[in-house]
Amino acid sequence: MSQIAAALPGKITGTFAQLDSPHLNGGQQLAVKYFAVALVLFIAQLLFGLLAGLQFIVPGFLFGWLDFSVNRMVHINAMVVWMLYGFIGSVYWFLEEESGAEIAGLKLGNLAFYVLTGAVTLVVLVYLLVQTGPGNDTTRWLINEGREYIEAPRWADIGIVAVMLVFFYNVAGTFSKGRWSGISGVLTLDLVALAGLYLAGMFYTTNISVDQYWWWWVIHLWVEATWEVLVGCIMAWSLMHLIGARRKIVQTWLYIEVALMFGSGILGLGHHYFWIGTPEYWLTIGGFFSALEPIPLVAMVVHSVYDAGVHKFRSTNHPALAWIIAHTFGNFLGAGVWGFMHTLPQINLYTHGTQWSASHGHLAFFGAYATIIVAFFYLAVQKWRGDVWMGGDLPGNGWRWKWAMILLNLGVMGMTVALLIAGYEQSFIERAVEGSTWGGYFAAQNHPWFQQAMHWRMLFGLMTLAGAGLLAWDLLTIGVGETRKALVIEAH
Amino acid sequence: MNPSPLWASEPFWKKVAIWVTGGSFVLLILLTFDSMSKVSAGSQRVPAYSVINQEVDYRFDKAANRYKPVIGGEEPLFGKKLTETEAEALVALGKKTTQAKNCMNCHTLLGNGAYYAPDLTKAWLDPGWIDEANREAQMLAFLKDPPNHARTFGSGRRMPNLGITDEEAKGVVAFLKWMSTIDTNGFPHNFKTLNAQEQP
Repeated sequence: MSQIAAALPGKITGTFAQLDSPHLNGGQQLAVKYFAVALVLFIAQLLFGLLAGLQFIVPGFLFGWLDFSVNRMVHINAMVVWMLYGFIGSVYWFLEEESGAEIAGLKLGNLAFYVLTGAVTLVVLVYLLVQTGPGNDTTRWLINEGREYIEAPRWADIGIVAVMLVFFYNVAGTFSKGRWSGISGVLTLDLVALAGLYLAGMFYTTNISVDQYWWWWVIHLWVEATWEVLVGCIMAWSLMHLIGARRKIVQTWLYIEVALMFGSGILGLGHHYFWIGTPEYWLTIGGFFSALEPIPLVAMVVHSVYDAGVHKFRSTNHPALAWIIAHTFGNFLGAGVWGFMHTLPQINLYTHGTQWSASHGHLAFFGAYATIIVAFFYLAVQKWRGDVWMGGDLPGNGWRWKWAMILLNLGVMGMTVALLIAGYEQSFIERAVEGSTWGGYFAAQNHPWFQQAMHWRMLFGLMTLAGAGLLAWDLLTIGVGETRKALVIEAH
Repeated sequence: MNPSPLWASEPFWKKVAIWVTGGSFVLLILLTFDSMSKVSAGSQRVPAYSVINQEVDYRFDKAANRYKPVIGGEEPLFGKKLTETEAEALVALGKKTTQAKNCMNCHTLLGNGAYYAPDLTKAWLDPGWIDEANREAQMLAFLKDPPNHARTFGSGRRMPNLGITDEEAKGVVAFLKWMSTIDTNGFPHNFKTLNAQEQP
């Protein structure tokens, strides 16, 4: 038994070591490992989402074994974690190129990767097998913190912070060794904020208004501020790399986006403070600043489409560029338009806590974050196989990446619209007419309009899964046997 | 090469980004200090935990043009008046239980959470408990053994048995009663409490 235990880490590290490729630099070796786990967690996110979605239609399904609360928790946690893996991977991907230096701590980075992956596995196993505990502090430290999105028990929180510090050391250390740029400067400061904000979620209080106040500091200031700036940095680098956009142009855009994003997003936090017990002035502040939040997202669409157009869509990697463009539109539609539609308190009084939020959540997380990470999966595969051709004229006309993209985007869009219809129905029937009682809640849930929406969501969920399956297949096969070298693009 | 005009100048936007971010953050910190003082337990918006000794209702306030919690005379929970310390301990047990049992991944609390089960913000006042005389007993029985006291309203969705003990169930009821007294700026709107039939 002890022999097996001793052999296990070696076996696991051996599995990931197979991902090493002589075509990659140190940071990229690390990035590929993060991407591999991200893809697995992405598929897990979809599977648990489908289970939870099915329970809206067949409520007795897996009752007492894997209840909705467990499936939904794994669904959203897998999402947060695979996106963090994707971001960490993306930054490691361009770290050495952008800094012009070798990564500061490759061994430490590898160690952090295994520690994080081991911790994530353990947390998920406890979620699935232990699920809940008695109402005391031990449960919160070891099993489940019971706070949406950051359910991970406290021991894992501390682990996550430690791993983020290693990541930060690698980023700041590598840029300090090499050269700094506008992109790396913004990126490094953003990572300080991102890691620091996580601490705001690491305490217990009985006062639920205070609890939710700080909880939103983590959730909102991650998703609607620091994550957005992080993908802004990632996109800036990708546009230079993919289509040869000029550094001066992308960096100027990046600063404009930072000003708009933080200028609207930091006080836009107020739109979560309408109904949690906080003072009435948040209705005005939150309404006003969150209404401005779509502006930087429009700017990003203009930025990417304009730059890609100037370069006549000539790129080193077609799938990656297509996913970058999907990112800007998805970010604008999902985070911008869908967010704006229910952000003003006058409508949010009725939509808060309905499927409206789920609709917005699906399109925003996919559009803003999943897309750009998928773009990096393609960049990684291209280089991993020896910097091979990934432009037009791929075998089979590149049908796999194209269909994966179509199915994923249509699937998520379809789920979003189905959930939006459910949200409309809930806002009117449960909230406005029935007055939000339990009877009103179920009157809306049992309504045929709601039930139909849940069936459509299921259908489009399956389409999304098919797209993800095709994506995984494509990532494993694209570029195999390719002899042409990648297109070389000079900045101009 | 001509120097860039101001609107296209990288250093200019860098300065703007720094000042806007810094300014917004400083404002947020100031507002946070103010908000924290206004939502501390025992403030006007968030009552002290001993409020569970009193009668609670939620009614439309004509002057404010929205629903507001109304705190009435004595109505000790489970027939026992608690000191502030005892009340806080009981509510804390309830709050920790709601976290330990992962309530938030089916229910919403103050409108935040998942959407598979009803919002708990005003659960204490829900007309589903029929009347005040039976409410406490019904809530305890439901929490301790939900499948056999199912309140599915024809949806087929049942709450699983989460192994909630008697003491934890009392804590959860105390927590729910205390939460229903928080002034949530009129959320949820149009909520008719179980007293509404008597006091239309």
